[in-house]
Amino acid sequence: MSEATYTQLLDVTCGGLLFTAVLVLWRKELAVIIRVFAAQGVALAALVGVVAAHERSAELSGVAVGLLVLRAGVLPWLLHRALAKAGPGRRETRPLVNVAASLLAAAVLTLLAYAVSQPLVALAPSPATHAIPVGLTVVLVGFFVLVTRRRALSQLVGFLLMDNGITAIGFLTTAGIGLLVELGVSLDVLLAVLVLQILTTRMRETFGEADLDELRELHD
Amino acid sequence: MTTLLLLAPVAVPMLAALAYLAFGWRPATAWISAASAALVLAAAITSAAEVATTGPRTALGGLLRVDALSAFMLIVIGAVALLATAATPAHLSAEIDADRATPRTAARHSLLVQAFLAAMALAVSSADLGVLWIAVEATTIVTAFLVGQRRTRSAVEAAWKYVVICSTGIALALLGTILLNYASQHTAAAAGLDWAGLVASAHTLDPGVTRIAVALLVIGFGAKAGLAPLHAWLPDAHSQAPAPVSALMSGVLLSVAFYAVLRVKVIADAALGAGFTRTLLVIMALASLVLAASLLMAQRDYKRMLAYSSIEHMGLLALAAAVGGPLAMAAALLHVLGHGLAKGVLFLSAGRILQTTGASRIEGVRGLAARQPLLAGCVGFGVLALIGLPPFSVFASELGIARAGLASGLGWATVLALILVLVIAAALITHTSRMLLGTPPDGPGAATAVPRLPVSAATALVVGLLVCAGVGITTGPLTDLLRSAATIVTGTP
Repeated sequence: MSEATYTQLLDVTCGGLLFTAVLVLWRKELAVIIRVFAAQGVALAALVGVVAAHERSAELSGVAVGLLVLRAGVLPWLLHRALAKAGPGRRETRPLVNVAASLLAAAVLTLLAYAVSQPLVALAPSPATHAIPVGLTVVLVGFFVLVTRRRALSQLVGFLLMDNGITAIGFLTTAGIGLLVELGVSLDVLLAVLVLQILTTRMRETFGEADLDELRELHD
Repeated sequence: MTTLLLLAPVAVPMLAALAYLAFGWRPATAWISAASAALVLAAAITSAAEVATTGPRTALGGLLRVDALSAFMLIVIGAVALLATAATPAHLSAEIDADRATPRTAARHSLLVQAFLAAMALAVSSADLGVLWIAVEATTIVTAFLVGQRRTRSAVEAAWKYVVICSTGIALALLGTILLNYASQHTAAAAGLDWAGLVASAHTLDPGVTRIAVALLVIGFGAKAGLAPLHAWLPDAHSQAPAPVSALMSGVLLSVAFYAVLRVKVIADAALGAGFTRTLLVIMALASLVLAASLLMAQRDYKRMLAYSSIEHMGLLALAAAVGGPLAMAAALLHVLGHGLAKGVLFLSAGRILQTTGASRIEGVRGLAARQPLLAGCVGFGVLALIGLPPFSVFASELGIARAGLASGLGWATVLALILVLVIAAALITHTSRMLLGTPPDGPGAATAVPRLPVSAATALVVGLLVCAGVGITTGPLTDLLRSAATIVTGTP
């Protein structure tokens, strides 16, 4: 793969990551948001695939396939299953911040990410490290979704967006952090999502619905 | 032999968890939990003795590495775990008698507690920041089920908050880990995430990248340690979890997360100078102390009261870490042990109070001293230990932190912290005396005899307090271990 194609492919996949993150902020139907999240999983796997092809690393290609299965297959499937159990009328997010303000916030977060990641790019300038701000933007957008959404499922999506962003940064900075750690991290994320999904179900059993506004038992 | 010794604190609880999976909860298996904790403690003490004579030991191809600091943390884990698991059979059988649990949930509880112990032991004995991260996140996943065990509205709410906030905090720590790895790859040594390698090559790390990484790591692991600003999960989770789990979470899990902060601090100080982490930690420490003091004064729930006191003590540890220096660090480590024991005793007693009175409010528990003198004595002495009265070890460690703080450049922060500690002590004494003294409430059920505290639980509580007092009078054989652990944290060989 020539250097120019490599850079272009990196830009395309990172653009995909950023675009899907913004789409999550834009759309309100949870079913659509989950599909967008799956698309982001594909973009993330493609990003790792491009890095793998550039470095001709079989191990990284394997990781890319694993990511595709986990982020674009298993996790969206789990989310869909949780959504299917939710009653009608629970299938839209209820953001605390309206869509226009959310999109504006995304723009501000992107600028912030570019400002913060200056030293990260400066340490080892290369096409891959120049894309770090995109990963950081996805992390920040995920955090924003996490704190401004009230439905349990949309908070879960926010957490997973953060995680996608962190994984992207992991592969853009260096070729990952070792296979063992990579596996452990993936397993932990999968288990955390499973735990949250079980808790969503329990919340529905005890509260009747999974709206975090209902969580007001514990306070000081 | 070394491999076996280093592996034991992780492997023994795993085997015990498998035993609960296979045999369930029955009289024959009720004490496996405590036996496993005792083995962890024994292995910890043996490896502490070995480390003292021969220096750090590694096993499993460099995956596990136990130095004096890890050995000390293993001892704390073993001691508090032994305390909590010795009181567990009595707690669980009372729950089963009251129809709040079944043998199935009791078996699941014991299984998860053992997995929790294994994860904590792995966290402190891993040689690699990545493995430490995996182990700390694993503790979140395992304990989520324990927090939500009762399946009531409030328990599920606490579990949800706990997983979301801790996983988010820990995700920040993962980002920090990745960035630190990035900085480390671009040094001559390319040590990756290995602790020893990172410390050795710390002065060549890129300062810009390391600064971002360290801030993320300290805030991320700080969330798990219950330090402000990401502390909101702690009072809910600690008040909703079953008593032995609260004892373990408050007594050791917070300290295990704080251990990660200490390890990061060693690298950060070598790479960036002491100023950066010092500022960060002082802000977090004072914020935690102010928060704990303001919410403790009007607290009405006694388990939440104990939870806020944990935030206070984590704040004190963060202050000690900010001060740095051998005296402050040795005092901080002693504080970890003293707080773990005292808080363990208190949470176990609180669980017993909840079981016998059914009230979680402070005003619902009046005249405990008249009705259950032994339990009331444990609570009373536990609170005295917690607020740092001699002869308990918290007194010695708080004195050490204060002396080191006043001698360093952080005099104003130390004075402020001491004032807040006094305010908190006054609040704790007021609330506790309202629970212990006074006439027992009249009303339906007041006339029935209160079931006696089972011997096993009573022994655990009294021995816990005695050890806490004993360590306060003399650290004995722990002195050398504390000293060498403190040198590791201060980064001076």
